[in-house]
Amino acid sequence: MSVWQAFVELLKRDLRLAVRRRAEIANPLLFFVMVIVLFPLGVGAEPNLLERMSAGVVWVAALLAALLTLDSIFRSDFEDGTLEQLLLSAQPLSIMVLAKVVAHWLVTGLPLLLVAPLLAMLLGMKSAAMGTLMLSLLLGTPVLSLIGAIGVALTVGLRRAGVILSLLVLPLYVPVLIFGAAAVDAAASGLPVAGQLYILAAFLAMALSLAPVAAASALRISLS
Amino acid sequence: MNSFMKWFHKWGSPPWFYRVSGKMLPWLTGLFVITLVYGLYAGLVLAPADYQQGDSFRIIYVHVPAAWMGMFIYMVMAAAALVHLVWRMKMADVVLISSAPIGAAFAFIALVTGSLWGKPMWGTWWTWDARLTSELLLLFIYLGIIALHSAVEDRQSAGRATAVLTLVGVVNIPIIHYSVVWWNTLHQGTTVARLDGPAMAPEMLWPLLSMAFAFKLYYVIVMMLSARGEVLARETKSRWVRELVGGK
Amino acid sequence: MTDLANSTVNLHADSVECSRDDRLLFENLSVEICSGEALILEGRNGTGKTTLLRILCGLRRPDVGEVRWSGVPIEECAVDFHRHMVYVGHLDGIKRELTALENLRVLQTLSGRGKFSVDEALDAVQLGGFEDIPVHFLSAGQKRRAALARLLVTDARLWILDEPFTSLDVQGIELVESLMDRHLSAAGALVMTSHHQVNLSAGVIKRLNLSEG
Repeated sequence: MSVWQAFVELLKRDLRLAVRRRAEIANPLLFFVMVIVLFPLGVGAEPNLLERMSAGVVWVAALLAALLTLDSIFRSDFEDGTLEQLLLSAQPLSIMVLAKVVAHWLVTGLPLLLVAPLLAMLLGMKSAAMGTLMLSLLLGTPVLSLIGAIGVALTVGLRRAGVILSLLVLPLYVPVLIFGAAAVDAAASGLPVAGQLYILAAFLAMALSLAPVAAASALRISLS
Repeated sequence: MNSFMKWFHKWGSPPWFYRVSGKMLPWLTGLFVITLVYGLYAGLVLAPADYQQGDSFRIIYVHVPAAWMGMFIYMVMAAAALVHLVWRMKMADVVLISSAPIGAAFAFIALVTGSLWGKPMWGTWWTWDARLTSELLLLFIYLGIIALHSAVEDRQSAGRATAVLTLVGVVNIPIIHYSVVWWNTLHQGTTVARLDGPAMAPEMLWPLLSMAFAFKLYYVIVMMLSARGEVLARETKSRWVRELVGGK
Repeated sequence: MTDLANSTVNLHADSVECSRDDRLLFENLSVEICSGEALILEGRNGTGKTTLLRILCGLRRPDVGEVRWSGVPIEECAVDFHRHMVYVGHLDGIKRELTALENLRVLQTLSGRGKFSVDEALDAVQLGGFEDIPVHFLSAGQKRRAALARLLVTDARLWILDEPFTSLDVQGIELVESLMDRHLSAAGALVMTSHHQVNLSAGVIKRLNLSEG
């Protein structure tokens, strides 16, 4: 079986599983909404303040929601033994990991992306920035899934994986957050956003080529 | 080159490492004391006060070398990680895990001294300065490595997992640093004044270099002590350890 | 695709040593498995049977020594080695939300087709009417048989099995033993651990007890 066929089959399998476990899709979305709703409650509903903060708040909420869902990339496969079977298949593990991460992003990242503009409106984000918001999330959330996959791969067998996972992954998320939020802020002020978006695209390219390999080696270590 | 590689591979043998490090430690300690005393005396007493900041600038004699050490130790760890994963050298992961707490401590010292330095100048204990923020993230990366190592039960896997994490970090640290620097210019934050570089007067520079050297020696000494302990713990059942403990 | 069905098995573990949690499990252990042979690992719990199996699969590297497939260390010929072997471990290795049919179809795409179709494989493990039910509705024994169906779906010549008879009733055990006999007669090879008495009529049976020395 060719690598491409195996990639597609694994992707389809994971999407099929996500459909059958519908709660998994709803949880990160609800969390995303809740976090954003909490901010006005915490800092006050002064429109200018909220608008100033909107880019950062939406991005931080997206980041936290992504973090929440990371565990599901490998957890169930680890527990039922399908993960070790993937390690023993004759297919390149990094491609198999990429298939799983793509499925994960489609199920958790893409919905965030679609819902974000509505939530940004709640914070009074200027409509001029909406397009950039979606574009920055489109480029950035896959990077969050890819980098997160490395963290999950390192911690998949551990007992209190969730706590360590956040510590491992959050510093690595900082550059994506900085440029993502900055792009949206710039768009809201009418400034050019090309630079920030190009950098996000560069992060995506780097993550696509390096993260699956790193996650694959981490999986081999975790399952030995 | 060949003889260097042979010498290099010798360090991979636990009994050799233990013996040679034991012989080196007294010399290193002596050198450390000398450079530390000189650095502190020359920096705190002899060097003239800065015309802008008065005596509070003297904290750079701890802050700057500590910050350098935070990065230097991480580079050593990254090299050790590479050696461990590629050449499968046994001692490499011991060096890695022994260095991590020391690196974290230096990053913490750099943060605290940086914060203390900021207080007389801007009146706040913390500023979101590019360097301090980078240093803070570096500290988190160190803590992550230490946490991962203690969480993985199997020693062989723990060493390799932390090696992978260290390498992932080394790729990301420059990216994180430059992102933070860029972020800082964007939001016009304050910059903790840099007193290094060629503009520095020699009376200020020599103590600084001496402190930097002293800190490096300190790192090597403490890392070796920690690694020696780790090696003994790992190899308790081997003959050389039993001879060492019983024979003496 | 190379002729998997007719290739010979040759797996050789050379002087392997392994420690787990600071306990030496085994050292200087050498074992060889060839076509038509069944290696049964015996020993009390905790003697390292599962660890040895995982070393033979390539999931874990031994502290000392190496495992070779047809003379080549398995780290170097990993893809080739994995095409020739199937592993069924303690865990079933199937997704509970998918049906048995869906599980095996995915497996075939990842590992390549064998002589048996998915339906034939499921019939052979007597899950004939149950292929369209999500696996989590099956009984433990049925789940185990669904897990073991993977052995028939590819043409892998080497079977590495960790406690294959777990959760199986008497008929289930006889069924699996007959599958193993057929496999060995067709020049396949088998490495397994088992708490149960294993009754195989075909193949050369070797036993290795890890509790001794």
